[in-house]
Amino acid sequence: MDEDAEIIAEFLVESHENLDQLDRDLVELEQQPGSRELLSSIFRTIHTIKGTSGFLAFGRLEQLTHVGETLLSRLRDGEREMTLDVAESLLRMVDTVRSLLGAIERTGSDADPSIDVAPVVAEIDRLLAGEPAPAPVEAAPAEEPPAAKAPAKKAPAKKAPAKKAAAKKAAPAESATRAADDTTALPDVSPGGEVVVPSAPQPETAPAPAPVRAEGTEQPASAEEEPTERRTVVDASVRVDVDLLDNLVQLVGELVLTRNQILQRTGGGEDVELIRASQRLDLVASELQESVMQTRMQPIGQVWSKMPRVVRDLSHQLGREVELSMEGHETELDRSLLEAIKDPLTHLVRNSLDHGIEPPDVREAAGKARKGTLLLRAFHESGQVVVEITDDGKGIDPEKIAAVAVERGVVTREQVARMDSRDVLGLIFRPGFSTAAEVTNVSGRGVGMDVVRTNIERIGGSVDVQSEPGRGTTCRVRIPLTLAIIPALVVGEGGERYAIPQANLVELVRIDGDDLDRQVERLDGAPVLRLRGRLLPLVHLASALGGTEPAGDALTVVVLQSDDVRFGLCVSEVHDTQEIVVKPIGRQLKNLPMYAGATIMGDGRVALILDVPGITQALDIGASAVDAADARADSDPDATALLVLEVAGGRRAALPLAAVARLEEFPAERVERSGTAEVVQYRDGLLPLVRLAPAIGLADTASTSRTDGQVSVVVHEVAEGGQHHAVGIVIDRVVDVVETVAVRSEVGSRAGVIGSAVVQDKVTDLVDLDVVIARSGVVA
Amino acid sequence: MSTAATLAGTEQFCTFWVDDLFFGVAVDEVQEVLRHQPMTPVPKAHDAVRGLINLRGQIVTAVDLRVRLGLPARPADRLPMNVIVRSGGEVVSFLVDDIGDVIDTGEQSGVVPESAPSNMPATVSAVVQGVRPLPDAILLVLDVDRALDLPQRDADTTTGGTP
Repeated sequence: MDEDAEIIAEFLVESHENLDQLDRDLVELEQQPGSRELLSSIFRTIHTIKGTSGFLAFGRLEQLTHVGETLLSRLRDGEREMTLDVAESLLRMVDTVRSLLGAIERTGSDADPSIDVAPVVAEIDRLLAGEPAPAPVEAAPAEEPPAAKAPAKKAPAKKAPAKKAAAKKAAPAESATRAADDTTALPDVSPGGEVVVPSAPQPETAPAPAPVRAEGTEQPASAEEEPTERRTVVDASVRVDVDLLDNLVQLVGELVLTRNQILQRTGGGEDVELIRASQRLDLVASELQESVMQTRMQPIGQVWSKMPRVVRDLSHQLGREVELSMEGHETELDRSLLEAIKDPLTHLVRNSLDHGIEPPDVREAAGKARKGTLLLRAFHESGQVVVEITDDGKGIDPEKIAAVAVERGVVTREQVARMDSRDVLGLIFRPGFSTAAEVTNVSGRGVGMDVVRTNIERIGGSVDVQSEPGRGTTCRVRIPLTLAIIPALVVGEGGERYAIPQANLVELVRIDGDDLDRQVERLDGAPVLRLRGRLLPLVHLASALGGTEPAGDALTVVVLQSDDVRFGLCVSEVHDTQEIVVKPIGRQLKNLPMYAGATIMGDGRVALILDVPGITQALDIGASAVDAADARADSDPDATALLVLEVAGGRRAALPLAAVARLEEFPAERVERSGTAEVVQYRDGLLPLVRLAPAIGLADTASTSRTDGQVSVVVHEVAEGGQHHAVGIVIDRVVDVVETVAVRSEVGSRAGVIGSAVVQDKVTDLVDLDVVIARSGVVA
Repeated sequence: MSTAATLAGTEQFCTFWVDDLFFGVAVDEVQEVLRHQPMTPVPKAHDAVRGLINLRGQIVTAVDLRVRLGLPARPADRLPMNVIVRSGGEVVSFLVDDIGDVIDTGEQSGVVPESAPSNMPATVSAVVQGVRPLPDAILLVLDVDRALDLPQRDADTTTGGTP
């Protein structure tokens, strides 16, 4: 109910503003009767009120605005001319609308019998019917009663869904009749108050409001009260320019910084009064900050209020039975964010209905209730707003996704083979992806989920999907609370501090001692970290900023993720995480993609905010190898990503990168024998090993080429009969990952080698992995 | 101060020195003048961008006019002053050597506006709107917008002060 009251209050404020505009428009319209622009504007206003009143079950208001709208649409379309009495009746309609709004404000409903809708409706109906306008005074009583009764009775019947309104409708209908009957008795009473505009030249219009006053003694009183009471709602809220709010937020941010400085100074002081005052300042500033931030916050319920309708329409259209439930209406987030997530959320809801929830028969066959459920849930979690859209539909089958993705050329088969199911589900956010068998107007065009993701990421949010085939799907959207204030990790480099938005932060890794040598390798000069079996390109913040890479015996790596690129940023110091106020930087710095803005730290100094996507772009980080292959494959269709290896003491060989699942190292003593094959215990199983050098006719030096007793292994996965077998290819060491158009030469072609190519100015054997594995016989 | 400049017959400049050049910026473009402020350097930015200043919560880019004009670097022991100007909806600081008076070169002063002499170095003349020969000095009127249009260093657009 509270929520209803809130919506109604909002409706009232908006409508009052609209009505003021409407008055001006109508008066202006009389001056320029032909202005389509004015007519359209008036039409829109009335249409808006009508729509909302229908939604809020204000039947009488809706009825009134409906006829008004019809008349206006005729005027707009040029079917009727603007005449004096058309203008009069429109003005009277506006006044009656205003009175009804007043009644709604006082009583919460538009059923106040003192305000009479029927005569105005009747009059407009008559105008619509094209009857001669000003009827003679004595004709009016004869004509009006039936005209008045008809619409008054019809309307409530039509608005059946408005439950409470229907019951209350009886009263107005009665009073309408009476009003019309009384017309003769009070032919010349000049109407007062603000219910109706006085109109001397047309006596037959005057009686309408007159009975209102005649009906009961309490009416004049309530009419007088009305202005003051209305003020309470209208004045209780003020519309404020968002720029002004932004400005306030900024000023408060500044105040908080100043407070911090004062608190630091008074901390060790003796002056009790000063300390007391600064504590008070502290308190007031904190509360002020909270209140100001609050001004920009609006409940997510505003977006959700549109969902029942969307779901209803769509489920009809798609032949689904869906029960929608929503939790966490009151969860608040910044106004601008609310706007930004409206469309993405609607899209996700549509998707759930179209792709998620099955038709009733299918559900029944699967042993589920015919009616699917769709749950929207919003809540706060660690400084973010999380919105979950959960359905109990058929879920998403990773295999199907993978198959479609390959078919549509979104990824290659090899890439899919290396993805875990979460990554596979993530494919639905790739451009050009759609599983819908045919394009409907609901979905299936293959643009959509990537747009959803782009829109959400634009505001610093993220979206991911979890699904259990047969059980349902959950889309989780994470949105920062406000745009202006974000949580960030503050790091230090070269004596300055830099803020990294936490949205991009994956983890912090510290490597020192022996691990440093073991886990960090250089591929052609570029450092790479082995992190849980995956290669993570490393970038030193210092060198990214144009300085020199600091040497040290320890490395602090901030693992960052941006789109599909994951990389490690090596920093000198890690300070702490804190909420920072994002401030724009000047246009002189706009060409620097690595900065997202700047912020002011507690001590008043400026710190730059790093833009993670910008850094990857500026430094052209090849991403993790797999993604690099994706991105570049588009640019040059002939280029392939190759993993360049060293075998047999200095000879070079290359494997297609797509065939590489992981790079591993094992201590040589872990290599055991099983039958004739070498194996190593790996991930709860045995990884058969194939020594590459002998397999391609070279001398095996894999065990002796390295002094640290490790064996380098390229893990390759072979998909066979729906199962994955992993094979370890033993090599001397990994040299590099290159993206190249390899011009193959038949020179050196032999079993296991399809030829050779010049890669990085060196002759490199191109390994035919299938043959190598087949020859080794490790996979039956 | 902004009203003063628009009064009929007046033309007021906030003046300052950069190396041995005497510059003026119309007073209605100047927001304020500040002593040296702590700055946060911006790596990889244009050389003329010396850093970012916290001006009462607003982030202001500081552009060193010496670098911008291709003049020799300021001696290390001299701290620059900030002339805070408004340009294109943004607030920017010019780092200058010293601040002079506000000078009126309006009709009463008898100063005749002239265009920049043709033998001035291109880096300077590119950002000078005109000159006002005063009795004891020559005032160079700075074109704030052009001075803040930093030539692209990395991009392949040709360098030069003007777009």
